[in-house]
Amino acid sequence: MIQLTVIAGFILAATVPLLHRWFGERTSLVLALYPALLAVWLLEQMPEVLAQGNLLFEWQWVPSLGISLTFMLDGLALLFGLLISVIGVFVLIYAGGYLRNHTDLPRFHIALMAFMVSMFGLVLADDLLTLFIFWELTSITSYLLIGFNHDDLEARKSARQGLFVTVAGGLALMAGLVLLGVASGHWSLSEIRADDTDLREHALYTPLLICLLIGAFTKSAQFPFHFWLPNAMAAPTPVSAYLHSATMVKAGIYLLARLHPELGGTALWVTVLSVVGGLTMFTGAFLAIRFTNVKKLLAYSTVMALGALTMLLGIGTPAAMVAFVAFLMAHSLYKGSLFMVAGALDHSTGTKDVTAMGGLRSLMPVTSVIAFFAALSLAGVPPLLGFIGKELMFEAALGANAFQLLLVLLAFASAILTIAVAAIIALRPFYGPRLITPRVPHEAPLSMLLGPGILASLSLLLGVFPGVASDLTAATVTSLTGQPSDAYLSLWHGFNLPLLMSIISLALGFLAFKRWDRLRPKLALLAPLMRYGPEAGYEALIDNIARFSVWQTKVLQNGYMRNYILVMLLTLIGLLINSILVRHSPLISFSLDVRFYEVMVVGTLAMGALFATLTRSRLGAVVSVGVMGLSIALTFIFFSAPDLGITQLLVETLTVMLLVLVLFRLPRFTSFSTTLERVRDGLIAGAMGVLICLLILTAWSIDQFAPISGYMIENSAPLAYGRNIVNVILVDYRALDTLGEMFVLALAAIGVIAMLKFDHKSSQGPRTERKEPYDG
Amino acid sequence: MVKSGTVILNTAARFLMPLQLIFSVFLLLRGHDEPGGGFIAGLVAAGAFTLYMFAFGVSATRGILRMIDPRDLIGVGLLLGMISVVPAWFVGEPFMTAQWWTIPVVDFKASTPLIFDIGVYLAVLGAVTGMVMSLMEVDKDEP
Repeated sequence: MIQLTVIAGFILAATVPLLHRWFGERTSLVLALYPALLAVWLLEQMPEVLAQGNLLFEWQWVPSLGISLTFMLDGLALLFGLLISVIGVFVLIYAGGYLRNHTDLPRFHIALMAFMVSMFGLVLADDLLTLFIFWELTSITSYLLIGFNHDDLEARKSARQGLFVTVAGGLALMAGLVLLGVASGHWSLSEIRADDTDLREHALYTPLLICLLIGAFTKSAQFPFHFWLPNAMAAPTPVSAYLHSATMVKAGIYLLARLHPELGGTALWVTVLSVVGGLTMFTGAFLAIRFTNVKKLLAYSTVMALGALTMLLGIGTPAAMVAFVAFLMAHSLYKGSLFMVAGALDHSTGTKDVTAMGGLRSLMPVTSVIAFFAALSLAGVPPLLGFIGKELMFEAALGANAFQLLLVLLAFASAILTIAVAAIIALRPFYGPRLITPRVPHEAPLSMLLGPGILASLSLLLGVFPGVASDLTAATVTSLTGQPSDAYLSLWHGFNLPLLMSIISLALGFLAFKRWDRLRPKLALLAPLMRYGPEAGYEALIDNIARFSVWQTKVLQNGYMRNYILVMLLTLIGLLINSILVRHSPLISFSLDVRFYEVMVVGTLAMGALFATLTRSRLGAVVSVGVMGLSIALTFIFFSAPDLGITQLLVETLTVMLLVLVLFRLPRFTSFSTTLERVRDGLIAGAMGVLICLLILTAWSIDQFAPISGYMIENSAPLAYGRNIVNVILVDYRALDTLGEMFVLALAAIGVIAMLKFDHKSSQGPRTERKEPYDG
Repeated sequence: MVKSGTVILNTAARFLMPLQLIFSVFLLLRGHDEPGGGFIAGLVAAGAFTLYMFAFGVSATRGILRMIDPRDLIGVGLLLGMISVVPAWFVGEPFMTAQWWTIPVVDFKASTPLIFDIGVYLAVLGAVTGMVMSLMEVDKDEP
């Protein structure tokens, strides 16, 4: 049962504190067994995926709602699954070294494992709603991981920003998935794929695509939502390596790739994805070289890569699909590796600023070699996998059916800038004169070299022997195009335009690196422009929401009971007028058939109400309200609702008791309101009474559908074994509602008790007021 | 403020409280077929303790409740309510489907709705008694 194995990861995450007690520092290794196991399972499934196209592992979850936990494994899922599991193994091992001696390491492990499971679920889910649930789980775990150092204001702020952007996109995604389900008539990806009807011609195509794109673009940091990703670098480096370069940020890309065969290829798709992807690619590359912080450099180059992947999906030609697969693999391998190198540098020198590092080659020889190879792949130098990816990307851009010139130019410019970034990371810290760093540099421990080392070696290995990955490539391209493909990767494509572009971009990129120090001040001149960027828009939005909340709290939650009631009643009056008087005309048809005692009760009720409003004595008011309560209880009993009557009676009794306790603690009975206010209140109360009366009469006269009480009366005894329908409704038919009400009651009681205790304590000493500053 | 010591109230409370409690259990158990049920029974029981508090004060009432804090009753009530929805899973029926078992010797029908109703009873009892108790304690400690 693969579902159980994957979900068991959550249980494993929950036992992390225990594992830490048992295994101490080796916990990371123990936890790494989990992704390793999944990687082995995925490799085992590979031959079958190749033979059959996609495998379904069915499992019902909520059958009554048609939600399943069925997993679908095809080439695309397999590729993503392997990236998640293989990089996951090394990230866990790496984190054990990087966060060694950190007191909160268990908390980190819990969140990271939970993320890993969610990410697996996301790429394997077949059901649209299950996919959405896992999608949101990755957003939440990402939030926890970005804000891991929660003492740091910056980390908290970045975590919240990432959460807001991705969850806002998640809402759009949910709408998109629902529309997709409605449009296709299926709620599972495999069924949508099997269905022949063309969704592109469906009337809902445009809205559903726009919603899905917003979801995917926010998650995958596409322009203009790209700003949250570099800020997410506040997370510990293993998180940046794993979530914010290799896996989570690719979830949006995954979704687009997943739906490409069904939704791709239309003018809207091609335009939006190519242009947004191309722009994101260039923006990322361009913004990257402004920074000297090694993690920011890498983060922006990740934005560039995500843009490139989106662009390739937008181009949509078979060549672009192959390029997509190669670029995706290459990027995950080198970027994971480079982030871990960046963490090692930070760890051993105490700074993240590349300009503050220099000549580390002799002190950190292994790290420098790893950085060198990973950066070669980033720069796209043969014979590394990155070269194949870049080469194919140029080819795809040249073969684009739309926006060809724009995309080629953007790709070329981005490549130059990316090469400069690669050179900055691989050369700047390790060569040149030795600089004094906050810490005395030393080689990173084995646990922190293993991961980046192996990932960089894989970049080299797959570059030299691309045939190793050919099966996987073919299977993935098959899922991307929806047709069987025998695509393969090769290092050498002959002398052609892409090769020429590669060579020129290498030369120009290296030149840009050489002049980087002189370039940066000029780029800094652009900084004022950033005030108008999308991030500034986000900040303004958040600030204004906060300001609005403060304002509306002051107005609405002002602590005066009378105002609350006024607002509630006015709202209700507005709604009632709208529905009874404006949209429908009141229907009044009833015959008066009253008994004498009924008139008596109603008369008592009315007199009680009148007396309660007019009296100048508090006790008198309490008593007359009690009279009203008892009259209502009597009415219930007249109309054969003994349960309601008893309840009303008891509540009335308890209310009187509570009032007795409270009564003499209140200040003297005084009248606060002016005559004008009294008239206003009287009018509102009167209007309310008249409207409710009209509502009841109308409801009495309209009989739109058969009342459900008939069903309940009939089935109460045979199905629920009870003759008291009220109680059967409470504890059986509508037990979920009752359960909710129990919680409300408990909360109310706890609130009252806490409030009384708090007030009681503070009355003994000086009142200490704590003001929580709003930290955003 | 709440003066204990009126003879009539004291005597009445002493006799009424056990009766009220028994009556509340009676209401609880018969609730499924006749007027009654957990909510009403909880209110009656809370009324019993409130009456006792009026007559003898909070500490005496805490004395008869012994180890039980009304606030704990709220938690136990919620827990019972939650537990009662589980058994349906074990027989493969949807969440919250009522289960009925007949206890052979006494011919008593036990069921998940009954467990649920007991949960309601305890939650209501705990909530109301807790509120009244803390209200009275505030008074008591004041000069």
